[in-house]
Amino acid sequence: MNTPNNLKYAASHEWARTEADGTVTIGITDHAQEALGDIVFLELPAVGRVVKAGEECAVVESVKAASDIYSPVSGEVVDINQPAIDAPESVNADAYATWLFRIKPSNPAELDSLLDAAAYAATL
Amino acid sequence: MPLRTPLYDSHLAANAKMVDFSGWEMPIHYGSQIEEHHAVRRDAGMFDVSHMCALDLDGPDATRWLRHLLANDVAKLTTPGKALYSCMLDQDAGVIDDLIVYFFTPERYRIVVNAGTAAKDIAWMRGQLEGFDAELIVRRRINGDAVAIIAAQGPDAQERRLTGSDSVAMIAVQGPKARERFWTAFPASCAATEPLGIFQAAEVGNWMVARTGYTGEDGFEITVPADDAAQVWQKLLAAGVKPCGLGARDTLRLEAGMNLYGQDMDEDISPYEAGLKWTVDLKDAARDFIGKSALEGKDARPVRNQFAGLLLLDRGVLRAHQKVITPQGEGEITSGTFSPSLNQSIAMARLPSGVAIGSEVEVEIRDKHLKARVVKPTFVRNGTPLI
Repeated sequence: MNTPNNLKYAASHEWARTEADGTVTIGITDHAQEALGDIVFLELPAVGRVVKAGEECAVVESVKAASDIYSPVSGEVVDINQPAIDAPESVNADAYATWLFRIKPSNPAELDSLLDAAAYAATL
Repeated sequence: MPLRTPLYDSHLAANAKMVDFSGWEMPIHYGSQIEEHHAVRRDAGMFDVSHMCALDLDGPDATRWLRHLLANDVAKLTTPGKALYSCMLDQDAGVIDDLIVYFFTPERYRIVVNAGTAAKDIAWMRGQLEGFDAELIVRRRINGDAVAIIAAQGPDAQERRLTGSDSVAMIAVQGPKARERFWTAFPASCAATEPLGIFQAAEVGNWMVARTGYTGEDGFEITVPADDAAQVWQKLLAAGVKPCGLGARDTLRLEAGMNLYGQDMDEDISPYEAGLKWTVDLKDAARDFIGKSALEGKDARPVRNQFAGLLLLDRGVLRAHQKVITPQGEGEITSGTFSPSLNQSIAMARLPSGVAIGSEVEVEIRDKHLKARVVKPTFVRNGTPLI
């Protein structure tokens, strides 16, 4: 299973990457997309919404089932991946290139409590 | 211990992702459910349906018994090999199961019932055999054992173990090129199966080849000795037939508007509220089948709902048990999915009587109300969208 070393992970199968501007980009892991199967619909949070770490804020639906996505960090949603909404299958094609939303974190220290690649891989 | 069909090793060899289905360990897909779906709509795919249960009925009273047991009337079957879809009802007209019965002679039939309901069905059938001279033979094989037994019959009820070679496996080969690819794999069967009409079967040696299916496409369902199953699968693979899992089977049957037992109907629902009135045969007024008095006449149960299709107009995915809001009251989705052929979400739903085909309703999905159109519940047939 593909778990890049430069990312942080939540046990609920989201990945997080801190950008140069301090925002955090979030998506679902390769394991998650594989378990879900063919993804056909994304419901992403409204830009401007303030979320808490662990809060449900998006839904990924495959042909098989709907799955809640939890924000790994607290903060404000500053961007969503509009092209991914129009092509949900791109999450299957590359779960790490196809980010879902971006958060401006209110407490960047929360990132430290996320798993590194080895620790996440060990949960699978 | 999960139940396994004779094709279990073939699925693993084809990289299947296995899931539990009514206690059976079955392939959900072999990589991409959507690709498998399209293979069946555009070319040919195959499904292991050996978890379904084939029952052979034999005896002088076979026809009389089936006319009593089933809501559809086997008396209309006169051509050997002809198949009939029917509900098996309880006294209150609740659906115990839906099944296909194949006619060979008035004394010999084959019945195929659903996987999850087979034990219940067999128990019910046994109870109804009292006073009829016919025997029912279970042909399904489980976990490599020849566990098929004679389920018992009438006054001389008895159980016997069948030998391994008497149990069967079933493979559905479906799609516009399914028959052609089947003949490529098994050219010797062509003469006997090429003339088969829709819903008709032929016995070819110890195989049964039926022009039936659960996808809305042409094709065959083939029943072979369990010992031959893996080899048959392999030859079909070599002829270019793509293995397809239960995931694609569900999106295909839903697009085709075919009910799934346990979701679209069950013992609490009569065929009249599940869109299956067309399968209840009342032509012979003298025929008294189980459940008839609850469907017709002074003791008939009221029909408050209709069965319809829904086409989601907004973005999202319809799922079973979502609430449908209509001017006539609330309804419920019984099966819903994303339709790979229409690239849009579709569903079957039980709606209050009076909701018009073509009207717009709302479906509650999470915290949103999304718009859907009420349609006839047949979305795609023979590769062509009907919506």
